[in-house]
Amino acid sequence: MADTVLFEFLHTEMVAELWAHDPDPGPGGQKMSLSVLEGMGFRVGQALGERLPRETLAFREELDVLKFLCKDLWVAVFQKQMDSLRTNHQFLAFTCGLLRGALYTLGIESVVTASVAALPVCKFQVVIPKS
Amino acid sequence: MAVCIAVIAKENYPLYIRSTPTENELKFHYMVHTSLDVVDEKISAMGKALVDQRELYLGLLYPTEDYKVYGYVTNSKVKFVMVVDSSNTALRDNEIRSMFRKLHNSYTDVMCNPFYNPGDRIQAFDNMVTSMMIQVC
Repeated sequence: MADTVLFEFLHTEMVAELWAHDPDPGPGGQKMSLSVLEGMGFRVGQALGERLPRETLAFREELDVLKFLCKDLWVAVFQKQMDSLRTNHQFLAFTCGLLRGALYTLGIESVVTASVAALPVCKFQVVIPKS
Repeated sequence: MAVCIAVIAKENYPLYIRSTPTENELKFHYMVHTSLDVVDEKISAMGKALVDQRELYLGLLYPTEDYKVYGYVTNSKVKFVMVVDSSNTALRDNEIRSMFRKLHNSYTDVMCNPFYNPGDRIQAFDNMVTSMMIQVC
């Protein structure tokens, strides 16, 4: 099993690289970096959404999907991920994208944002528009 | 054993379709297309029925005089459709299930490939699919 620290290093470097790319960002540049990170997380989330529920039975409603997200996906991803969370949005962009990607693969379009009220608690808000 | 194998995306367009006797390909394309209706029927019936049976394997979709069509749907609403020769009566349910399982595993690997963009045609299936098909003479 690969060490969790490997992903931590990769993630830190990704953020550093994308953040430092624009020396004079302005509001537009920063958003670009964040959306690139979120896009990467989205793609990984899609792959996870395909691989993890492989042996489980078909999901019949949204509730099943969310139950899967909270139990299986969370354990699979966050047991291996960092315990310490950081306050800056840049470190959370990837994770938000991951959740959005997994939901999208399982048929739910959503918007995921993160907020940190007090460490080490981090809240992810998933908004599913009524269609 | 299988005569035609198809992978259909969530939005009902084909990601991969291949049939063995390459002359009559269009016929198989039509068969797969019509079987999509049956698949949709089964999926919606599964949602409403209170039965606990919520399998990914859909079973025999419909038989024609020469062929039988089997279906399988994943949790991401990607459908696999397989057409087999009716004369091959030795083919049992378990074998079909195991073929679908192999297909699902290969599809998952393709999804996890970072160079693959979801929604593109799949190029990587040919080797595995050839091993599932026989040459019809």
